[in-house]
Amino acid sequence: MTSGLDSIHWMTLVVLGPLVASMVALAGTPRTLRLGLALGVGSVLVGVGGLWLTFGGGDPVLRNPLGGWGAPLGIDLRLDGLALVMLTMTALVGAAISLYSTAYFGDISFLPLRDSPAGRGARFFAPLWLLLWSALNGIYLSGDLFNLYVLIEILGLGAAALVTLAVTPKATVAGMRYLLVSLVGSLAFLMGVALLYVVAGTLSLELLAEEGLQGPLPAAALALMTVGMAAKTALFPLHAWLPPAHAAAPAPGSAVLSALVVKGSFYIIVRLWVDVYGVGPGPAVFVLGLLGAGAILWGSILALRQRSLKRLVAYSTVAQLGYLFVMFPLLVSGDGGGWNVDAWTGGFYHALSHGVAKAAMFLAAGSMSYAVARDDLSAISGIAHRLPMTFLAFGLGGLSLAGIPPSGGFVAKWLLLRAALADGGWGWALLLTLGGLLTLAYVLMVLRYAIDRTDPPTTFRPVPRRMEWTAMGLALLSVLLGFRAVEITELLAGALP
Amino acid sequence: MTPLVAWEALPLAVVLSSLVPGIGIMLLGEEAQRARITLNLLGAVAKVVLVGFMLQGVGAGASYAWRFTVLPGLEFSLVGDALALLFVTLSAVLWLVTTVYAIGYLEGGENRRRFFSFFSLCVTATTGLAMAGDLFTFVLFYEALTWATYPLVVHRGTPEAIQAGRRYLVYTLVSGTVLVLGAVWFQVETGGVAFQPGGVVDPEAAAAQPGRYLALFLVLLAGASVKAALFPVHGWLPVAMVAPAPVSALLHAVAVVKAGAFALIRLLHSLFGIEVASDIGAAGIVAVLAAVTILYGSIRALNQDDLKRLLAFSTVSQLSYVALGVALLTPTAQIGGLVHLVHQGIMKITLFFCAGLLAHTLGVKKISQMGGVARRMPLTMMAFTVAALGMIGIPPVAGFLSKWYLGVGAMEAGMPWVVGVLLASSLLNAAYFLPVIRTAYLDATPDRWPSEGDARFGRIEADVRLLVPALVVALLALASGVFGGSPWSPLGWTELIVGRGDL
Repeated sequence: MTSGLDSIHWMTLVVLGPLVASMVALAGTPRTLRLGLALGVGSVLVGVGGLWLTFGGGDPVLRNPLGGWGAPLGIDLRLDGLALVMLTMTALVGAAISLYSTAYFGDISFLPLRDSPAGRGARFFAPLWLLLWSALNGIYLSGDLFNLYVLIEILGLGAAALVTLAVTPKATVAGMRYLLVSLVGSLAFLMGVALLYVVAGTLSLELLAEEGLQGPLPAAALALMTVGMAAKTALFPLHAWLPPAHAAAPAPGSAVLSALVVKGSFYIIVRLWVDVYGVGPGPAVFVLGLLGAGAILWGSILALRQRSLKRLVAYSTVAQLGYLFVMFPLLVSGDGGGWNVDAWTGGFYHALSHGVAKAAMFLAAGSMSYAVARDDLSAISGIAHRLPMTFLAFGLGGLSLAGIPPSGGFVAKWLLLRAALADGGWGWALLLTLGGLLTLAYVLMVLRYAIDRTDPPTTFRPVPRRMEWTAMGLALLSVLLGFRAVEITELLAGALP
Repeated sequence: MTPLVAWEALPLAVVLSSLVPGIGIMLLGEEAQRARITLNLLGAVAKVVLVGFMLQGVGAGASYAWRFTVLPGLEFSLVGDALALLFVTLSAVLWLVTTVYAIGYLEGGENRRRFFSFFSLCVTATTGLAMAGDLFTFVLFYEALTWATYPLVVHRGTPEAIQAGRRYLVYTLVSGTVLVLGAVWFQVETGGVAFQPGGVVDPEAAAAQPGRYLALFLVLLAGASVKAALFPVHGWLPVAMVAPAPVSALLHAVAVVKAGAFALIRLLHSLFGIEVASDIGAAGIVAVLAAVTILYGSIRALNQDDLKRLLAFSTVSQLSYVALGVALLTPTAQIGGLVHLVHQGIMKITLFFCAGLLAHTLGVKKISQMGGVARRMPLTMMAFTVAALGMIGIPPVAGFLSKWYLGVGAMEAGMPWVVGVLLASSLLNAAYFLPVIRTAYLDATPDRWPSEGDARFGRIEADVRLLVPALVVALLALASGVFGGSPWSPLGWTELIVGRGDL
């Protein structure tokens, strides 16, 4: 590397930058809150930019032992195409959410910081979110299971705390439930990690992969770790905690949880199944796929039955996460027992577009609730005429989720369908098609309320413009993802072992 | 002859010429009437000019293509070939006149910004799918068309309009999803999605597995047939006539149903190839469905009192002439089908413009209210009569040529039953159009029209912004028939497409 700055510096920056920023924001004055957010967003954007410049060509994986301490003892950071894509998605979505939050929590200098729920949100949102951001980036880059355990624990604690920011009894209960699930999940994960350490004597993902793990004990370890992470990803039927928790958080928090946090634990499952174990065709992947199918159907049906806007969007997350698990049976269906690249790129393209689109939807839903000070669907009646840009943002995000072209969701759907049909997997193809129609149904249900003028809301609080255009920016990004997928799919494909 | 403009990206410019005004209008305020009209007309004129250059170029042997890789193996491609231009020219010309008409019809009303913005987006999607060089791009614009049209269908915001819009969405979205599924399957099965004259399906592969390829065809057909309003999935079209007249013109002549018919053409000719489609029995299915739809639509059009509803059922029927023609093996029948895509568009837009003129000027919406209306609005009814006679197939109006070629082609193909269908349909056309004309000319004029506005138009019978477009398209319908022998007429161009083997 000719430049003075190596990839290790950029990797360290994207992990430690938000962590330091979180400390700054924790000081809790309006000034440090803003400074913290600026520092976090700035360091991540610069870091990710640096990684884009240093990554590419040559070895598809960059390895960096932090502080010279490599595996098996120290902290190993590694970067591949998948990690880079996830880092970038998180950076863009995170930047938009950060901007949105500064407007959402109002002019915090005038708030009595301790007493009101809004004050509490304003006080603690930024530090918590920056901490989560640091943990997420760490998860993407981490090269060993112990670090992953520590980071996923931080992620779970921070996420549960984010839910309780609203200080309503409902939010507290939802947050505590989330915390419980999260802790039990981490515990299962830790047990799996310990078991694996006993068997293999290392926790480095790469060294474990070289072991060629076989036999009942490694399998049990994988099962434990997977169940733990699946609970945190709210995979059907372990999803019940998610909708109340995601719906209870303040709007920017909901976006963080639904668009980003759940991807962290999913990412770990993928690393384990694909990178470490290289699980082939068999009942295990089929079961994951079936659970994903259950999530798509059950999540969508429940979304259709919701009368609260944010809960509807949260159930949509349950359903959309299902697609990620449907990826597994498709993934092992490649020629001659190899990986099916379409399934892989399609699955992660879906993760990517869902992240962007879902954040847009939650931010837009937050703006609507902000305007009418309520969250039930009937309250947003006619809001399309008051907040056209927010309405459009919600609509575009929703249509991207449903796989309507042109959008990232459409590209993902095309790839997943191609993966399914190439192998004659008509069941999966029909499931994906049906899932798209169900998504359309619940998105259109919201849009119908929003354009209905018969019963306009009585109260209307003007929404800061920054909240409107950050959601719109993300929605447009989800559309743009449908125009150019070459670079991203190549990066993703390069990360497949 | 050399092409005047050899710029390869001309198709992209044609798409942008309505996309940019569409977005621009959305960003302008509701009250920026002058800027909105200027943008609209500039875009519409620019599109016609650009298409004119492309027509001249393709006539001179040039080709235009713009490609952009979306995914490895999947391209966003816009191609200006002879077949695409048939549809693009129709859309571009009719969009220009419809824009003028819509300004006259709606500029006084509400939500004009939304209306004109989506109006432009609708034509953007149409020209995009017309020039799509492959199935992927086609699907992209085909779906975009659904969303661009929906706000226009529900423009009035009445419960009736919302209901119609809902039906439209359910039909088109479900079929769109099926089309995507079929498109991906097609790619997996054949390896490519690019449109080719003569088709891309390997005849040997199709001969080895006819059932599999027929199933693939039927999935794609299910996706395409809703917008083409083929029986039994035509139900959204007659309901959607609650939309304002310019929108009906758009739905019936410029954009939506044309997109469906064009999808059938691409499916039969550019993907499967008509020989393969015939061998696996797919073309026969389309022909039979089309024949049934022709008769069904005509029968339903009888006894309608609502003028626009009558016209809607007439569209259901007439559109299937296109499907029928292109599903036959003989070039003559294919010419008849293709050219009817244009002829039907010109004649049907005339009829809808006239229906809109009657409703806008006098509040006349039902045939029973039309007694003697030709004395109050002679020019309007003259245009209406020309187009209606064309629909029946009376020379020298354009519709006659379509039917002539279709009938001759069917005889060449050894399918005399098609001629029977054509004759029966013409009789039915006469049976539902002639009474309308008789009422308008011969019945007594009522004392008061249902709602004659206060607006005075001098000695002219109606707002000129509505009347002139109607007369222009009526003249076009007449000219397309009279000058059918010219190489630049729709018929001449169609013969060029088929003669060159570009279908």
